[in-house]
Amino acid sequence: MTLTLALIQVLNGLQFGLILFLIAAGLTLVFGVMDFINLAHGVQYMVGAYLVAAFTAMTGGFFTGLALALPAALVFGLVLELLIFRHLYQRDHLDQVLATFGIIIFLNQAVKYIWGAAPLNVPIPDALSGAVEITDGLLYPVWRLVIIAAGLLVGLALYIVVNRTKLGMLVRAGASNAPMVSALGVNIRLLFTIVFGVGAMLAGFAGAMVAPILSVEPGMGDNVLILAFVVIVIGGIGSIRGAFIAALLIGLVDTLGRFFAPTLLRTLLDPSAASQTGRAIAPMLIYILMAAVLFFRPSGLFPAKK
Amino acid sequence: MSQAFKSQALLQLEKLTKNYGALRVTDDVTFTVAPGELHAVIGPNGAGKTTLIHQISGHARPDSGRIVFDGHDITSLPMATRARRGLVRSFQITSILPRFSALENVALAAQARDGSSFRFFGDATGEQALNDTAMTLLARFGLAARAHVPAGHMSHGEKRQLEIAIALAAKPKLLLLDEPLAGTSHDESRRLIGILQELRKELPIILIEHDMDAVFALADRVSVLVYGRIIACGTPQDIRDNADVRAAYLGEEEAA
Amino acid sequence: MPDPASLDAAARAAPPRTRRVLILPMLIFACFALMPSATLFGPQSYVLAIVTRIMILALGAMSLDLLIGYGAMISFGHAAFVGLGAYSTAILASHGITDGFSQLAAVIVTAIIFALFTGAISLRTKGVYFIMITLAFGQMLFFLTTSLAAYGGDDGLTLAARSTFFGMAILKNDLAMYYIAFGILLGAYVLLRAVVASRFGRVLRGIRENPVRMEAIGFPPYRYQLTAYVIAGVIAGVSGFLLANQAEFVSPAYTTWQRSGELIFVLVLGGLGSLHGAILGAAAFTLLADILSHYTENWAMIFGPILILVVLFARGGINGLFGGKP
Repeated sequence: MTLTLALIQVLNGLQFGLILFLIAAGLTLVFGVMDFINLAHGVQYMVGAYLVAAFTAMTGGFFTGLALALPAALVFGLVLELLIFRHLYQRDHLDQVLATFGIIIFLNQAVKYIWGAAPLNVPIPDALSGAVEITDGLLYPVWRLVIIAAGLLVGLALYIVVNRTKLGMLVRAGASNAPMVSALGVNIRLLFTIVFGVGAMLAGFAGAMVAPILSVEPGMGDNVLILAFVVIVIGGIGSIRGAFIAALLIGLVDTLGRFFAPTLLRTLLDPSAASQTGRAIAPMLIYILMAAVLFFRPSGLFPAKK
Repeated sequence: MSQAFKSQALLQLEKLTKNYGALRVTDDVTFTVAPGELHAVIGPNGAGKTTLIHQISGHARPDSGRIVFDGHDITSLPMATRARRGLVRSFQITSILPRFSALENVALAAQARDGSSFRFFGDATGEQALNDTAMTLLARFGLAARAHVPAGHMSHGEKRQLEIAIALAAKPKLLLLDEPLAGTSHDESRRLIGILQELRKELPIILIEHDMDAVFALADRVSVLVYGRIIACGTPQDIRDNADVRAAYLGEEEAA
Repeated sequence: MPDPASLDAAARAAPPRTRRVLILPMLIFACFALMPSATLFGPQSYVLAIVTRIMILALGAMSLDLLIGYGAMISFGHAAFVGLGAYSTAILASHGITDGFSQLAAVIVTAIIFALFTGAISLRTKGVYFIMITLAFGQMLFFLTTSLAAYGGDDGLTLAARSTFFGMAILKNDLAMYYIAFGILLGAYVLLRAVVASRFGRVLRGIRENPVRMEAIGFPPYRYQLTAYVIAGVIAGVSGFLLANQAEFVSPAYTTWQRSGELIFVLVLGGLGSLHGAILGAAAFTLLADILSHYTENWAMIFGPILILVVLFARGGINGLFGGKP
């Protein structure tokens, strides 16, 4: 096990973490500002992937496909908001969980109906395919570096908007105390729609960016959704900073854990037992991490509301 | 404060302090309640009266200081344990079980002090002893006719009375009443004051109130809380004459 | 905050001392008891199998009703108990232990241990954190079952043989299987009815209404909630035992969060907080899925909107349509 291999895993963990951040950012804001548990956020990610696959196939170019997919994902999200979510803001969390679960059931089947169950293929744009040599002997896929760069840029942009603009201030205020913000005369409905729309686009963007390297298939959003919730619970609901840190943490723990667990266990157990136990424990690591964080900080690391 | 009160104190707060961030809501409060007395706590809004009740009842933890009840240090005990030892409170913002009937609200409080609730068989709503206790209490508050009404359906005044009935059913040794008259009509508050007049002969009470008529009619001693500090403690007459109190409290009212 | 409609319903309810005749549940159980005879002229084994599946699903959902309907503890990991029960049964069977009583004992013990452990931790949280933590524990069990290479891993494990009682392979007979499932469902219903009406049940419902108030009169919520969590877990585990026998197959898919979500769906569809609502929901869910799947393989596209519509417009579920109150 060489340093090179370890570095690759670190980069993979970073990339995974940044994708989780893109998804979790929208989720934490929607939950923080609107107190709305949106299980359907995962299908937003899936829809982004499917839309970019469809538009890329249609237009022959990934970036054209992306340019079409993003507004389409936004429209899709707003339609969901108008038809269904709007009726749920005043309801209790159980109702929100169930209704958005219904959306997942429907959409997982719908994409299967439209595009079939087989995974779709989205080619990496030629200019960005292949690998690049980062350091001696360390070859890393360009596209993954693109994802990392995109994730960091979006993170920076979000940081600037949330901390340096008036809109961002309203969002932070809303995450801390929405009724108060409304009472101060701010058009809370518009704020909700903007928060929601941005979140939906971010998730769609994440889905679009991973489409070339992961399987675009029905249900691809389900497990990512759970991870995104783990991220916002650990990071603290309503906090972008919390989502960023927690997402990177989870991305790294999950990737490095899966990679190193069997190796570390080999110091205690024989190779086959180590490998089996390692493969069993690795996926559980982030849940154990979440349980541990909640034990010491029941509201997560950086909650917007105490 | 007389030595006699201190030595047989039922409740003793010693140097209680609590901060919410930079805000000191309870500032070095030392306070006693003697057996049999009705001790009122008054003060302007935001003085920290409810926070004080939260700390006495166990809903909140002080940052420093001690609470001794009935000879035992209860500072680190959870709220339910304190309640079982006889330290029972009512709430300023009505806190009942809305979908339970008035009778069940009170019966459940009685159940809390009637042996184990880890009984999985037998119809709880049919337990005669609990229902009788509950009915008697409801009758005392004039709510007998409303026994089967869901508590959430009662009028505000009725709910305030139910609040106290529930607390009484839990067999308190010391009753903590947080603004029981809040939002009641003139007649309702007259009636509640009448009930409190009887109650004060039966058990010691800490009463937080804004209604000065009630305070002066009922209290044996009054403590005045301003910005988390007790600035005066004495008989109602002492307090009425106290210049600091007049400045802090009445000055506030004049400015308002 | 309970809505005015439920308060109205409570006001119209009879005064406590009157024993309410539970007509609907009696009808339901009568139907299930007589069902097999009604199929004498039809495809008996198929109908028997599907109704047995309904009863098993109902058992799992009914145990969840204790948690969600009566205790306001929204567990998104309840399917883990079903899977735990199923796997305990199948693993023992694969080692030659097919005695039903031994298997049930193992199911109950593992369910209690798992419930105490996960419940003790989960119940320190509330709201969405509780949902997430129960979900996390469910996921952990899912990953554990997929990693059990010796017991099928991802592919699952076929049941070596259906459970035997007193050395006799009673369950081999589908009709016997049906009535044993029926008996257990009825027994669980009677048990849960008693629990809900008991002192314990009243405290649990009180904690649902107003946990702070309950603490203030001397009831520490934690121990009551944990007890309910264990009871619900054990009953769900027993449903897993039945599931393993009926399907003759166990798989990690039994423990996924999607399955936990389905249990909540079934419960809300039938009527939360009524116990027999779980049975109505299980019947509606299973029959609808079965009928629709004959017409189209995309029946999930109809189910999703049904769930949404129920949540938006028919929150009381089927039981609510019959005038039952939550």
